[in-house]
Amino acid sequence: MLTETSRAPERSWEEIRRDFPILQQSINKHSLVYLDSAASSQIPQAVIDRIVWYHSAEHSNVHRGVHTLSQRATNAYEATREKVARHLNAAFSHECIFVRGTTEGINLVAHGYGRKHFKAGDEVIVSALEHHANIVPWQIVCDEVGAKLRVIPMNDAGELDMQAYEALLNERTRLVAVNHVSNALGTINPVAEIIRLAHEKGAVVLIDGAQAVPHMAVDVQALDADFYVFSGHKIYAPTGIGVLYAKTALLEQMQPYQGGGDMIASVSFEKTTYNALPYRFEAGTPSIASGVALGAALDYINAIGLERIARWEAELLAHATEALQGVPGVRLIGTARHKASVLSFELEGVHPHDVGTILDNQGVAIRAGHHCAQPVMNRLGVAATARASFAFYNNFDDIRALVAALYTVKEIFDA
Amino acid sequence: MTDLRNLYQEVILDHNRKPRNFGPLEGANREAHGDNPLCGDNYTIYAHVDEQAVIVSVGFTGSGCAISKAAASMMTVKVKGKSVADAEILIQEFRDLLTGKLDAKGEHHLGHLTVFEGVSQLPQRVKCAVLPWHALHAAIEQQSVASTEGEHDPLGN
Repeated sequence: MLTETSRAPERSWEEIRRDFPILQQSINKHSLVYLDSAASSQIPQAVIDRIVWYHSAEHSNVHRGVHTLSQRATNAYEATREKVARHLNAAFSHECIFVRGTTEGINLVAHGYGRKHFKAGDEVIVSALEHHANIVPWQIVCDEVGAKLRVIPMNDAGELDMQAYEALLNERTRLVAVNHVSNALGTINPVAEIIRLAHEKGAVVLIDGAQAVPHMAVDVQALDADFYVFSGHKIYAPTGIGVLYAKTALLEQMQPYQGGGDMIASVSFEKTTYNALPYRFEAGTPSIASGVALGAALDYINAIGLERIARWEAELLAHATEALQGVPGVRLIGTARHKASVLSFELEGVHPHDVGTILDNQGVAIRAGHHCAQPVMNRLGVAATARASFAFYNNFDDIRALVAALYTVKEIFDA
Repeated sequence: MTDLRNLYQEVILDHNRKPRNFGPLEGANREAHGDNPLCGDNYTIYAHVDEQAVIVSVGFTGSGCAISKAAASMMTVKVKGKSVADAEILIQEFRDLLTGKLDAKGEHHLGHLTVFEGVSQLPQRVKCAVLPWHALHAAIEQQSVASTEGEHDPLGN
């Protein structure tokens, strides 16, 4: 990770925003106001250029050929693995497995670890705040082996009940799976404490870091996380690439998730031996260009500095929270003390989808729906919410545009 | 994109605020549930169909966005007193209107239901308007569920 002293001279946020070509356009005759980065973030020119250069000069298949291009492609792709390992402070780069995204990373652990180690009567703990991707894979494996899925409850503000969590942990608990930051409400969960308590009972912990890695520094060794997963497309890289970090000792106990090329050492019809880490878990040709681009995206955000990004995004969130609270009829959904980059809300008398359509007409892109977190919606007694989510390329003008567009909704609906 | 006032016409907003025929229907002999699992909109349509295959009364319960609720409300007003055969024609015409296959200015039986024409410009909202009509179709065909997704999606998309 770059230190304060090695960083280039500080560029203004206005200048940084101009790094994102997609933000320079108009939607429905309004300047685009992109407030849906929690769903997928936008890509800076430097990362786009990296993809173009890869396909212009470096592309071939990885880990195979003896020719120059194959070596270039392999070097570019593997350089990202080193960058990811440094970014997460993993002890070894072979602990960073490339996957398609967070969902695939969780499924890899559910099948490769859970299926092998969970037995009838075991327990797996998830939280009331989870995305469907951190619920359904565990349900599938629990059903298969006869294990029980247990849920950490949350309060009305959207904070996990840590006392209830402690009470749920016992000697039958095999694994705890929680998100670092909730995609639906923005709650930052006390993952270090969650991990410490699970380890006391001998359980391993998977952290879904999809909404955390883009917004804060994550140190998997300091957290003592067993598994940590994130997606490239939420951290200014393209879709199709993500990372599963896992401790070496755990990876060595795991069953390969998919079989095929690249994951083997030798194959015969009698017996196949598997390749070394990390390749054992990376069957088939990966999304090489996206992987290379992920490395460029990490370079890009580290040049700005994650601490600076976190400070600016906290300022944006605080400003937006105050601005939205000033709009009569707006109710914030999720009011945890520690939040990052997500503002879920409803407007009295107007369904979130109607809010979303009218905002889009004003050039403001938000997400409306259950955010793939139906249990969160059910717990809070809402069918859906409108969700504005922020990245460092947003500014106070975006928040003003959001508020103005909400007044248009109110006018149309007479709400 | 369609002008907002064209999409959220006063009649749609009025039916959203004060849905007609809202509530479970006493003595219903047809009932079907329709839902959109992607957004959570869900409605139950109740109908009483007599021996002459006439829809003598119809009602609905459920919740969703303004487009879906107004579509449900205006649908109940429209099909009440119609024969099942006429209702089936309306269901087809309404689907065609929303998928751009029917010209609102051409010949049809939709009357002022053409206020939903603006929704056809918003592919992600078409399912909202069509959902209650799917459910009505399921009810009069004596199926119990309709959905905008999967095997119960009559639009097949």
